[in-house]
Amino acid sequence: MAEKTALDVPFMEVNSELCKGCQLCLAACPKSVIAISEKLNSSSYHPAFYTGAECTGCGLCFYACPEPGAIRVYKP
Amino acid sequence: MARQFMKGNDAIVVGALAAGCRAYYGYPITPASEIAHAAALHFPALGGVFIQAESEVAAMNMVYGTAGMGVRTMTASSSPGFSLKQEGLSYCAGAELPCVVVNIVRGGPGLGNIAPEQADYFQITKGGGHGNYRLIALAPNGAQEMCDLTMLAFDLADKYRNPACIMADGITGQMMEVVEIPTAKVEQWDHSSWAVTGTPDTVGHLVSSITLEPEELEKHNLKLDAKYKRIMADEVLFEKYAVDDADLVVVAYGVVSRIVYSAVDQARAEGLKVGLLRPITVWPFPSEVIGGLCGSAKAFLAVELSTGQMVEDVRLAVEGRRPVHFYGRCGGMVPGGDELLAEFRRLLSGGSR
Amino acid sequence: MKTYEKSAGFFPVFERKSGPAKDATHYCPGCGHGNVHKMIAEALNDLGLIDRSVFVSPVGCSVFGYYYFNCGNFQAAHGRAPAVATAVKRTNPQAIVISYQGDGDLAAIGTAETIHTANRGENICVFFVNNAIYGMTGGQMAPTTMIGQRSTTTPHGRIEALHGNPIRMAEMLATLPAPTYIERVAIGDSKHIMKARKAIRKALTIQAEGRGYSFVEIVSACPTGWKMDPVHSRDWLIEEMLKVFPLGVFKDESENRDENSWLRRCDAYDPAKVDEYLDRLKSTLGDAAPVALTNDLHCKFAGFGGQGILTLGLLLSQIGMRAGQHVSWFPAYGPEMRGGTANCSVNVCGGRIGTPLVDTPNLLVVMNQPSLDAFADQVIDGGTIIIDSTIVEGRLDSTRLRQVLIPATAIADEVGTAKVANVVVLGALVAATDCFPREFCEDTLRAAIKKRSLVDMNIDAFGRGYEFVKNAR
Repeated sequence: MAEKTALDVPFMEVNSELCKGCQLCLAACPKSVIAISEKLNSSSYHPAFYTGAECTGCGLCFYACPEPGAIRVYKP
Repeated sequence: MARQFMKGNDAIVVGALAAGCRAYYGYPITPASEIAHAAALHFPALGGVFIQAESEVAAMNMVYGTAGMGVRTMTASSSPGFSLKQEGLSYCAGAELPCVVVNIVRGGPGLGNIAPEQADYFQITKGGGHGNYRLIALAPNGAQEMCDLTMLAFDLADKYRNPACIMADGITGQMMEVVEIPTAKVEQWDHSSWAVTGTPDTVGHLVSSITLEPEELEKHNLKLDAKYKRIMADEVLFEKYAVDDADLVVVAYGVVSRIVYSAVDQARAEGLKVGLLRPITVWPFPSEVIGGLCGSAKAFLAVELSTGQMVEDVRLAVEGRRPVHFYGRCGGMVPGGDELLAEFRRLLSGGSR
Repeated sequence: MKTYEKSAGFFPVFERKSGPAKDATHYCPGCGHGNVHKMIAEALNDLGLIDRSVFVSPVGCSVFGYYYFNCGNFQAAHGRAPAVATAVKRTNPQAIVISYQGDGDLAAIGTAETIHTANRGENICVFFVNNAIYGMTGGQMAPTTMIGQRSTTTPHGRIEALHGNPIRMAEMLATLPAPTYIERVAIGDSKHIMKARKAIRKALTIQAEGRGYSFVEIVSACPTGWKMDPVHSRDWLIEEMLKVFPLGVFKDESENRDENSWLRRCDAYDPAKVDEYLDRLKSTLGDAAPVALTNDLHCKFAGFGGQGILTLGLLLSQIGMRAGQHVSWFPAYGPEMRGGTANCSVNVCGGRIGTPLVDTPNLLVVMNQPSLDAFADQVIDGGTIIIDSTIVEGRLDSTRLRQVLIPATAIADEVGTAKVANVVVLGALVAATDCFPREFCEDTLRAAIKKRSLVDMNIDAFGRGYEFVKNAR
C-alpha cells in the first residue's frame, strides 16, 4: 500500500487574513477540529485555524462561514 | 395619407415608437392616461414591453431598469404622479441613464384638479428630486410637437445619458390636431461600454448612483455639472414670433404660447409692437437670447399658467436691464386672447391695472 | 475529490470595495448575508448562469452586493429592486435576474413592489434576508422585528399594541396564485444552512427553466444589530425567531408549470418593422387634393353628453384635415363632463392655428338649452348659431347673429335614429357656411365612418341637414 500523501487526506484551511473570528465554523464542525488563534490578524480579529487532524472534508464549516474566501476545504 | 388626426397624448406614443422606444411603464392618471392606453396597444404589438405598474414610483424604477440596459424606455404621468417619480429621476440622473419622462401638467398643489396648469415648472427645470441634477425639458405646444419633441427627447437622453422630460399641459395632451406621422428613426446608440444587459459581454458592468467616497462623489457631481453646461451651450431651442422689432416681448411656452400667437396677431393689427419668444426647451432655458433682446425690447412679459415660476428665469436672463412683468392664471383657468391683449395695451401705455 | 472554496461566481478580487481588504466582504463578523452570497454565487456558477445574470442590490447592508457578484449588477433605490428586476427581465427574458433584499427594503418601503412583482409572477428570484432589524441605518425596528425585541427605535422592546406584529412575508405571498415557489429557510445550524443552499439552487433553476417567480426568505442573524456575539445570535435565531418565522415550503408549483410557461416571450423587437407599423396609424380617409376653405371656422359645439357633440366636432375636423387645412379639436375633458353637458372647440383654418380654445366662436352649434344660454353671448358679431330646434325651445332675439334653426333630432328620427342628429347638424353646418363642397364632405364621411352598415344612414342624415338649410334660404 502506497504511503498516504497530503492530497489523500481531507483538510480544511483558514485564510487568517480574511477570517473575522466569528467562530461559526467552530460551532459547525462535527469533529471539533477548528480552534481560535490567540494571535490577532491585521484586521484585529482572532482568526480560526485547523488543529491539524481528523477533518473529514464535510464542508459544513465552509457553508457556516460567511466569508467567501476565508475557508477552503479539501476532500479527496 | 401620411397624416392622422390625433390627441397630443397619442402623438407622444407615435413619437416614442418612431424613436425606437421599446418599453413603457406607467400608472393611470388624468389627464395623461391616453399615453398609457396607446402604449398598451402599440408597444406589445411591436415586440416591446408595456407594464401598468403598481405605482408611479415602481413605474419610474422600472424605467431605471430598462434604461440601465441601454434600451430606450419611457413613462408618463401628470403632476401628482410626477412628484412621486422624483426618487427614480434622481437615481436615473445619478446613474446617468437615458430615458424619457412625460409630465402632462395639471392643477395643484396637492390633488388640485385635472385642468391644465404649468406650475410644475420649478419641479421640472430646477431638479425636482434630491441632489445636483437637471432634466432636459422640452415643452411642445401642439400635437405635432408632442410627436417630434418626444423623438428629440430620446436622442438628447441618449446623447447626454440623462433623463429628458416632455413638459406639456392638459390642453396640449387632450387636444387633437393633424400630425404628420414620422418615419422611424431608431437610433442604435452605443451603450455597450456601461449598460447591464444580462448577456456575457456586459458582465462586470454596474448601474448605480452610489458613490461612497466624498472625493469621488464630488468628482461625479462636477462631471455631471460639466455635462449640464454643455447642454446649456448646445441644446437651447426657442421660437421667435414677431419679436425682432417688438417693444414688448412676451415669453410663454406650451399652450400659453398658442394663445399668445393669436393675441400678438391682434396686437399687431392694432399697431402694438408685441412679439413672442417661446422657449421650446424650458431647460436649458433660452437665457442668452432673452438677454440679447434687452437692446430692442422695452419690457418683457412672462405669461404662464402659474403664479409665477418661469418669470424668475426671465428675470435672471434680463438681469434688471428691462422691466419684467408677469401675467398668470392658474387652477385650470386659461387666459383668453382678449385678456392678454388688454394686458399688452396696459403695459405699452405705461398704465396701471 | 471535492474542494469547497471561493466560487467563480464571485469577482476574484472585490475591486469596487473601498479600503485595503479587497478579498473580504464589508459585512460584520457572523452576518448571514455572506452565507447567502456564497450560496448564490456558487449556484449561479454551478448552474452555468453567471454570464447572463443580473444581480439587483437593494438599500441596506447588502447595498454593496455589486462588490461581489461576477455578473451584471444594478444598485436600486430603497424597496425598488423588484421593479428594477421586473424591467430587466421583461427587457431581456433570457437574463437571470435576482432581486436581493433585506426586511426593511422588502417588507416596509418596498411592500408594494414586493407584492405586485409576486402577483405578476415575474420569472425572477427574490432572495429575502430577514434578520429582524435595520442593520445599515443603525439597528432600528424592522417590519420583522420580534415582539419584545429591542431596537434603536423600540428602546423598550417591540410592543404589539404600539408597533404591530412581525410580518410573515412568505405566508402572505403564498396566498397569491402566480408565484411558483415560496420557501422559508434559515442560516441557523448546518442542517438549516444546507437546506437554504438547496432552496436557492431550486429557485434559480426554476427561473432558468422559465417556470416562474420564486421567493426564498432566509432568516438570518445580525449579531451587531442584535448586540450578541455571532454564535449566540445563531442560537437566538433558532430558538426564538423560528417560532415566529417557521421554516418550510409554503408554495411549490414548479412541477405543475411547464418549462418556459412563465418566460414572457414576445415577438422579437425588430426596428425594421416600426415603419410598417406606423403606416397602420396613418389616416385611412384617403388622399384628396387640397380643398379651399371659404373662411376660417372657430367653432364651439355644445349639448348633452350622448348627443354626439364631440363626434360632430371630430367629423368636421376630419373633413378639414382631408381638405389639407389646419385643424384643432379640444374637448372640455374629464370626469366632470361624463353624463353632463358636453362641449368642444374646433378650429378649421387656412393658416397656423393660435389658441385651440375657442372663447369667441364665429360658429356655435347648440343641441340643448343650457348651451344656448351659456355660449350665445360669446359668438362674435356676424357669427352663426345653429340650433337643434327639436330640443332647444329658446330663440335669440338678437340681430347681431345669424340664427339657423334646424329640427335635427326630428329629422334624425325620420332617418332612423336620433343618434345621427349630429350628422344632420353637420349637413346644416356645411350648408350654412359653405365651408367645403357637399360632395367632398360626403366622400370624407364615407371614409370616416368605420361601420359600413351605417354609412348610408349617415349620408342620408347629412344630405337632409344640408337640404333643409339650403331650401330654407
